[in-house]
Amino acid sequence: MSAKETRSGSAAWPGVAWALRRDLRLALRSKAELGVQLLFYAIVVTLFPLGVGAEPSLLRALGPGVLWVAALLASLLSLPRLFAADFADGTLEQIALSPYPLPALISGKILAHWLTSGAPLAAVSPILALQFGLDGSEAVALLAGLLLGTPTLSLLGAIGAALTLGLRAGGALLALLILPLYVPILIFGAGAVGATHAGLAAGGEWSVLGAALLASVVGAPVACAAAIRIALD
Amino acid sequence: MHLTSINWFRYASPVSFFPVAQRLARWFGAAAALLAIVGLWLGLVVAPTDAQQGDAYRIIFIHVPAAWMSMFIYLVMALWCGMSLTLNARLSAMMAQALAPTGALFTVIALWSGALWGRPAWGTYWAWDARMTSELILLFLYFGYMALRHSIDDPHRADRASAVLALVGAINVPIIYFSVKWWNTLHQGATVSLTAAPKMAAIMLTAMLIMTFSVWFYAIAITLTRVRAIILEREKSAAWVGTLVGAE
Repeated sequence: MSAKETRSGSAAWPGVAWALRRDLRLALRSKAELGVQLLFYAIVVTLFPLGVGAEPSLLRALGPGVLWVAALLASLLSLPRLFAADFADGTLEQIALSPYPLPALISGKILAHWLTSGAPLAAVSPILALQFGLDGSEAVALLAGLLLGTPTLSLLGAIGAALTLGLRAGGALLALLILPLYVPILIFGAGAVGATHAGLAAGGEWSVLGAALLASVVGAPVACAAAIRIALD
Repeated sequence: MHLTSINWFRYASPVSFFPVAQRLARWFGAAAALLAIVGLWLGLVVAPTDAQQGDAYRIIFIHVPAAWMSMFIYLVMALWCGMSLTLNARLSAMMAQALAPTGALFTVIALWSGALWGRPAWGTYWAWDARMTSELILLFLYFGYMALRHSIDDPHRADRASAVLALVGAINVPIIYFSVKWWNTLHQGATVSLTAAPKMAAIMLTAMLIMTFSVWFYAIAITLTRVRAIILEREKSAAWVGTLVGAE
């Protein structure tokens, strides 16, 4: 009965804060891993001009899409970090047994994951945008879109990461499950840069990205908690 | 028998559903074959050649029903998945599992026949039309569902994990459709559109609707047949399966 009482809404915020602090501390202790992810992003982006040629007008047209697709792939690559280590050493089981509500703990973990993967990636994107000759306003549109869109990527991706916990075909399977769900974020994120390039206001795209973020903040932790309980069964 | 005395969950048990599924599968299979004969005869023989598209338009008698079914089956699959999660009924999960390959098959047929029609009509096998693109993504969703199922060995975990995935996918399908539609209208104007088709002759519409029911009944028949195989496979240690296999 007492366990039931502490599972009420009042325990949600301490749960978020606890998981956020813990995961941030763990992530900051392995800084090399964070750097590798950013380098992956930079290298994938760099490969495209080498593949399609260095023609400025072509690169300007391809730039938004390439930067966004690379962000999707970088996000995908970082997803196993969310739960895999905790699942392997049994910590995740203890987390699921704790009196804090599981969706709150997961929200904290996802927030920590975004702060150490999506946020730095968004921060370096204006520099990489220079490689494609995007101008100032387009770089701002890219940065704003990534800041609004990458949290949604982490939230949706967390569901896939939880569903594929401990499975043999982990990485490739995760890509198959999650990338189709990323499609709307890619379309509106790259669309915001494209609209800015065409001299239009990107407010509509940002609104949709914001709406997707709000919807997934509400829905994804609950679905993710269900998936984790299934994996732990 | 009073309506209230019916036990609605009687057929949720694989034991009692197994023989019913066999009978239903036979009837729906026969109806599907009959309707296919009538529908194809009307569509390929009776219906006149289209003034603009020639005989190429006749692909719609396969293409449109397949495309409708591909989306409808995903919806039905998500429904069974929701029931399997909330009611914890084994048979619901088995139904979802049995529906997925048929749904994927119709998605492939819709894409393939669309490409074959697009070549003479649009001059290209593939255009990034909103419907085609979202149909392709639907195919990826089906493949993801089946791949997740196949990579989990424990059937109970496979049931529930794939159910969560199907429900998340079902929420996303309309979002994906509208975002692709928005993306497409921004990039290229409506140079090619399926919605702008000329008004359809009554005979063509009749043939298409008959083919739709044929495809629908085929999907029911094949799903019930597949679910019987799944029941036998998953209940193989149950006593009734032993007596059934021993008796036959």
